[in-house]
Amino acid sequence: MNLDSKIPEGPLSDKWDNHRFSSKLVNPANKRKYRVIVVGSGLAGGSAAATLAELGYNVDCFCYQDSPRRAHSIAAQGGINGAKNYQNDGDSIHRLFYDTVKGGDFRSREANVYRLAQVSTNIIDQCVAQGVPFAREYGGLLANRSFGGAQVSRTFYARGQTGQQLLLGAYSALSRQISTGQVKMHTRHEMLDLVVVDGHAKGIITRNLATGETKAWTADAVLLCTGGYGNVYYLSTNAIGCNVTATYRAYRRGAGFANPCFTQIHPTCIPVAGDHQSKLTLMSESLRNDGRVWVPKKAEDCGKNPNDIPEADRDYYLERKYPSFGNLAPRDISSRSAKEACDEGRGVGPGGRGVYLDFADAISRLGESVIRERYGNLFQMYERITGENAYQRPMRIYPAIHYTMGGLWVDYNLMTTIPGCFALGEANFSDHGANRLGASALMQGLSDGYFVAPYTIGNYLANSGAGTISPDSPEVKEVMESVRERVDQLTSSNGNRSARSYHKQLGQIMWEYAGMARNAPGLEKAIGEIQELRDDFNKNLLVPGTGSNLNAELERAGRVRDFIDFGELLCRDALERKESCGGHFREEYQTEDGEATRDDENFAHAAVWEYKGEGKTPARHKEELKYDNVKLAVRSYK
Amino acid sequence: MKLILRVWRQDGAEDEGRFETHQLDGVSEDSSFLEMLDQLNEQLLEEGTEPILFDHDCREGICGTCSLTINGLAHGPEDSTTTCQLHMRKFSDGETVTIEPFRARAFPIVRDLVVDRSAFDRITQAGGYITVRTGSAPDGNAIPVPKDDSDKAMDAAACIGCGACVASCKNASAMLFTSAKAGHLNLLPQGKAEKDKRVLAMVEEMDNSGFGNCRNYGECSAACPKDISLDYIAKLNRDHAAAKVRKIFT
Ligand SMILES: Cc1cc2nc3c(=O)[nH]c(=O)nc-3n(C[C@H](O)[C@H](O)[C@H](O)COP(=O)(O)OP(=O)(O)OC[C@H]3O[C@@H](n4cnc5c(N)ncnc54)[C@H](O)[C@@H]3O)c2cc1C
Ligand code: FES
Repeated sequence: MNLDSKIPEGPLSDKWDNHRFSSKLVNPANKRKYRVIVVGSGLAGGSAAATLAELGYNVDCFCYQDSPRRAHSIAAQGGINGAKNYQNDGDSIHRLFYDTVKGGDFRSREANVYRLAQVSTNIIDQCVAQGVPFAREYGGLLANRSFGGAQVSRTFYARGQTGQQLLLGAYSALSRQISTGQVKMHTRHEMLDLVVVDGHAKGIITRNLATGETKAWTADAVLLCTGGYGNVYYLSTNAIGCNVTATYRAYRRGAGFANPCFTQIHPTCIPVAGDHQSKLTLMSESLRNDGRVWVPKKAEDCGKNPNDIPEADRDYYLERKYPSFGNLAPRDISSRSAKEACDEGRGVGPGGRGVYLDFADAISRLGESVIRERYGNLFQMYERITGENAYQRPMRIYPAIHYTMGGLWVDYNLMTTIPGCFALGEANFSDHGANRLGASALMQGLSDGYFVAPYTIGNYLANSGAGTISPDSPEVKEVMESVRERVDQLTSSNGNRSARSYHKQLGQIMWEYAGMARNAPGLEKAIGEIQELRDDFNKNLLVPGTGSNLNAELERAGRVRDFIDFGELLCRDALERKESCGGHFREEYQTEDGEATRDDENFAHAAVWEYKGEGKTPARHKEELKYDNVKLAVRSYK
Repeated sequence: MKLILRVWRQDGAEDEGRFETHQLDGVSEDSSFLEMLDQLNEQLLEEGTEPILFDHDCREGICGTCSLTINGLAHGPEDSTTTCQLHMRKFSDGETVTIEPFRARAFPIVRDLVVDRSAFDRITQAGGYITVRTGSAPDGNAIPVPKDDSDKAMDAAACIGCGACVASCKNASAMLFTSAKAGHLNLLPQGKAEKDKRVLAMVEEMDNSGFGNCRNYGECSAACPKDISLDYIAKLNRDHAAAKVRKIFT
């Protein structure tokens, strides 16, 4: 597997400029000869499709929802980073770069991250011009807030709906291109396979979810902007439809999959309430600015009304363990500490899987009205879901899977190991290493889509020349046949178990053994259990109805099938990475007081998996990561 | 708790459709309305019936995918709440709950409770954007925007495009949706240049898509899970009238 990262020559700060200058351009008049497929309409896909169309390429854009505006980017709450230094507090491109590399626990590629920090400022300008209603100060200028893992205020936000507003901005740009006919939008279409001809990506196969029709689409390049794979855990903060199918199918066709074990767990989600639970809801991290996290000191107090537990019997464990960061300790550290407390039997709420986030101090210090003003909508959402009033009783929170740093391996041009197949946004692995900082995913999605891929794709197309193949060619038909067979196989499943029940079981295995803390025996056990689950799925799955119209059970079955295989890959990756770093915590590799121990000597690389065939063990390759501009240091938040 | 569910089933746009009644036991009051339907669907699967189809995705009240008219109300009985955020503790044991799709001429039924809301996308495509090529934007702070305008723009931009406004309106008008998008962009200095063109095109597309006329009943805003105000409809009416006049004189 060729893992040439194609990092341009020159000093870090000149690389992107040099690269743009040395890239070949497609003559404006020739752009209309090219067709590009964009799978996904989130921040990454929406911005890429709109920009490529503006440049004159013909674009086919796909999403599984009924409208491109509903991609899960819509759910992001907190904000987006940009190194504008509007607050004059010492921010700079270099500082954003450094924070991101450090926050990622030194497992990302310097050159990519630097470019991300560079274009972060253009993103803010672009979004403002589109009409994104960012929060403003009374003077009419843009407001900022600070976010976890940074000491400067560089986060731009639109109330608690930043993702929604940014996505609606990209959607408006996309809509304009749809109206001119430059983008053909295909909603309720799910990509089920990638067409590779002579080693180059040349198209995709989709299923029209409303009519059941499977169809081949061909193009000169394919962009996968299909989001993250958090739903491999069944319960996550992702939308129900988020899936790994597009990227996993590309992996099966030869795209390397990097660092699947790097998953992020968010510390402040509403805990699981019962067996009916279908997803988890994030409570913005900003709550930790005013809330204090605690559990009872004694297990026997867990069932009590929290207001009846005296101060002396409470353990404010984050303040105790991390006195300088306290309740604002980074996501991975806060999450793990919550798990520890619950493992010791001191968790609260259903199943003992919850910790308190208490606002009593803040309310007595600032008054209820201030808290209401700051977090009113979050308290309301909490009450809607739990039926509890957090002004009177501490909230219960627990960590949940939230984001996936791993993804398709891409080079500096965002191209996967399959020429012509690019991956953007959460679907790639590029910028966040082993842990993502808050407000950086939105930035990366838009950077990839507005400012990076439109250039790098031009270079690829100029070098490879226009040459869309016919959807009727034998190579395309062959892939199409295999997709039809797979769909038929699923629709003829006459067993007795629903796809949901398999998904749930897979999620339990993943959460238990590949969740917040992992160890070798557990991961080996998980791999065995997943293999058994797959056999059971193949024998006992039940899919009602046919494939010739809207069939939600069929959709789910296809996604779960890929999650099962992918879950095994994730565990394998976690097993082989014999160190603790960022979101990947291996119990065998920790200090005496329970802190993660990174192994830079042996693991300062991205692990890239190559598919070797059904039932065969995939091969693990490495992209060594070189740090010329930052010093590898121990991440300490004590 | 135990529920009697009267659910609309329809095999496609051409099918007549009918209500089906199911009994569901053991519903947790902590579950959301859609989790209750998941549970019903698992029961239907066991009984060998095809599950009921409904649209949903984020399940946190922001993507606008979920719909459903519950006991005659778009998104059900709780104010400012989407169906996915509605929880079963709002219902009582033994209650009969009627579940229908969002009904409107411009929202044809796909299957069961799933409707086609692509007319909203077309209204946006007609003019719900600011023309700005990637890379051509001035510095973000080049044009100050009074906080008040920016806040009002944000109030309108909070629309999730779910279609509850249309489903709850006797005339199935899309004025609240259209006015929210037009209002958001027209309030900002960045959106001023295309204001006239925008409102004329969006209103024309809205009329062409088969939505009814707005008679100011106000049901739309009452049903809106994001509390979009009727003020935006008044503003769109004003902007539209002014644009028409200016068009005649230019
Ligand atoms: C609750 C929540 C809050 C967050 N808050 C923040 C925040 O405050 N700041 C921040 O920076 N980040 C945040 N994030 C992370 C961030 O929102 C995401 O990482 C980012 O939006 C992903 O964008 P994307 O374009 O890569 O993918 P998505 O927005 O997920 O888009 C994926 C697209 O691909 C399509 N698709 C998927 N599979 C297929 C298929 N098989 N066939 C066809 N189409 C397909 C979908 O239809 C969709 O259009 C948050 C995430 C969550 C879940
Ligand atoms: S499912 Fe997204 S708003 Fe209800």
